[in-house]
Amino acid sequence: MAAIDISSVGKIYNGGVRAVTDIDLDIKDGEFIVLVGPSGCGKSTLLRMVAGLEAISEGTVKIGDRVVNEVEPADRDIAMVFQNYALYPHMTVRQNLEYGLKNRKTPKAEIDARVAEAARMLEITQYLDRKPRALSGGQRQRVAMGRAIVRKPAAFLFDEPLSNLDAKLRVSMRGEIKRLQRRLGTTSIYVTHDQLEAMTLADRLVVLNGGKIEQVGSPLDVYHTPASTFVASFIGSPAMNLVKAELQGDRLAIGPSQISLNGYAPTSGAVTVGLRAEDLRVVSSAEGMPFTVEYVEELGSQRLAHGLVGDQAVTIALSGEAEITDSMRLSIDPSKLHFFDAETGRRLDVRAPATAVAAVAEPVA
Amino acid sequence: MAYTTSQPQPGGFLSRLGFGGKARSRKTAVAAEEMKRVQFTSPVLPYLFLFPQLAVIFIFFYWPSVQAVSSSFYLEDPFGFGSTFVGLSNYTDVIFSSEYQSIALFTAVFTVLVTFLSLSLGLLLAVKADRVIRGASTYKTLLIAIYAIAAPVSGLIGMMIFDQHVGPFVKMMSYFGWHMQVGLNYYDTAFAMTVVAVWKQIPYNFIFFLSGLQNVPVSVREAAMIDCRSGMRRFWTVILPLLAPTAFFLLTINVTYALFDTFGIIDVMVKDKPANNPVTLVYKVYADGFRGNDIGGSSAQSVILMIVVFVLTIFQFRFIERRVHYN
Repeated sequence: MAAIDISSVGKIYNGGVRAVTDIDLDIKDGEFIVLVGPSGCGKSTLLRMVAGLEAISEGTVKIGDRVVNEVEPADRDIAMVFQNYALYPHMTVRQNLEYGLKNRKTPKAEIDARVAEAARMLEITQYLDRKPRALSGGQRQRVAMGRAIVRKPAAFLFDEPLSNLDAKLRVSMRGEIKRLQRRLGTTSIYVTHDQLEAMTLADRLVVLNGGKIEQVGSPLDVYHTPASTFVASFIGSPAMNLVKAELQGDRLAIGPSQISLNGYAPTSGAVTVGLRAEDLRVVSSAEGMPFTVEYVEELGSQRLAHGLVGDQAVTIALSGEAEITDSMRLSIDPSKLHFFDAETGRRLDVRAPATAVAAVAEPVA
Repeated sequence: MAYTTSQPQPGGFLSRLGFGGKARSRKTAVAAEEMKRVQFTSPVLPYLFLFPQLAVIFIFFYWPSVQAVSSSFYLEDPFGFGSTFVGLSNYTDVIFSSEYQSIALFTAVFTVLVTFLSLSLGLLLAVKADRVIRGASTYKTLLIAIYAIAAPVSGLIGMMIFDQHVGPFVKMMSYFGWHMQVGLNYYDTAFAMTVVAVWKQIPYNFIFFLSGLQNVPVSVREAAMIDCRSGMRRFWTVILPLLAPTAFFLLTINVTYALFDTFGIIDVMVKDKPANNPVTLVYKVYADGFRGNDIGGSSAQSVILMIVVFVLTIFQFRFIERRVHYN
């Protein structure tokens, strides 16, 4: 078990293509870090640089107290779980688990004990003498995790380990990974493109875009205060509504409608405003923004209404029983608004208004 | 598959070549079952469709085999004036002839050497070429190109290299005190023959090993890199077992090659040369039958060869294929 220190790491491929730029990340011992982002954002490249499968072009990676830039993958004291399991097809499950230990000259008794324990933990004891091809996807993934666990490494590296499983299995395996990591307390880096997986697993989320870190924070931090429009649109389902708007003093103009901000305005002029679907309320008063419903998605517990405010697409989340009419009026608590720079997409921090003003804001909600 | 041989092969054999193995052949079986359900309007029609293939097999395989077996029991007049039934004496003559025994021994040694060397060198080159990143395709093409050379031509090139007067290899060896006399000295000829035969077969093995290597999933290699420090050990414990289906296929092909397809090379090397030169059993069948006009003896030899190949094939599929992992 060890801390991992990634400092100003970059990756430039042969031919000058830049995949990762200037990543700084301090991972504490025992922490579960999730790297999340769309495909091509450099998250796997970063993970592979930590693993040693990809040369580090710039910066340093430290595992524990040791700079590992020039260290062979086998000597970095890490274990990796791959998306397609990467089990050795010619070996039985037991041999798969033993392979890494045998190559490290672990005593036989120790190997047997560790394999037995990992197999019990992952409930694969009855499959130990089978070949991987005789196992289902979920079982293979367990074996792949077993192969990592028996090593007792300083860190686990997960490269989209659940992407090849069906939706139901993914949810249960997700829980299992979390449980195992808690129990073993091993530092973990987990790569995924699935924001839900990222939210549920992470102690800290690292959102990557175009090879750069967009935001680092706890899942709720990232959800509630996204640092950019990219993070806002990537984290959360349904995605945050991002609309063009204009700040005029203490009032916000979204298309034809105006919202009174009660001192929550961070700046003035054109901005991008983020509204979470679940923060929008349907109101009966004529004050609200006019909203024309285009279609409704039924999720059972929720109803998602997609429509237009002015000429901008907006989605609202309503409770399962809520009534939906073709045109409704919406309002939102000004404190729940997210402001982003219209040009750069970076978050504009709201200077919190005095409590007295905030109290006035309450009735609006 | 542009690089298949002209050898007759058991059905579906190539398809197993590391491209899905058993699962694939199972799929073929399912496909075959579906094929059976095709309804023909007349019961004769399917046989009509099969006829050309059956005719080819019969005319070019079964008929000559039967001919060979039957004529092996006769002493044929060299000028074609009839034949006398001699029972098994053609066989006993052949088997107890010391010349035949020494040729059989040479054939065995030659086959083992050619198979082993061309497989291992092909594998070595493939492993090295697999790691090349820059200029990979040029490099690979250069290695493969030799395969396009026809057997007699490569035999001829080999002859030139080992020529008594102008051969560069002979000249080079003379600096080391080895005065090669290919075509005169038994061992020198054997050496040259083996080198040329191996050289000719390496590109073929190279192509298949390379494609086999590229079928080893990258992530499995990477998992092995994390599990095992030594590249050599990784190769023996992970890569090579995954190449086993390819290697097994190539073993069969290479044994056949060394036994039969080296004919052209041997012919170019020993034709018009004094008699004391190494030849393989196949070449002896030809020489006795067509040069010596001993049709009976030659037939007996070819029947023996047929039995040897039959036993070898059974051995390969029974005992070696079982140990081969098909993913």
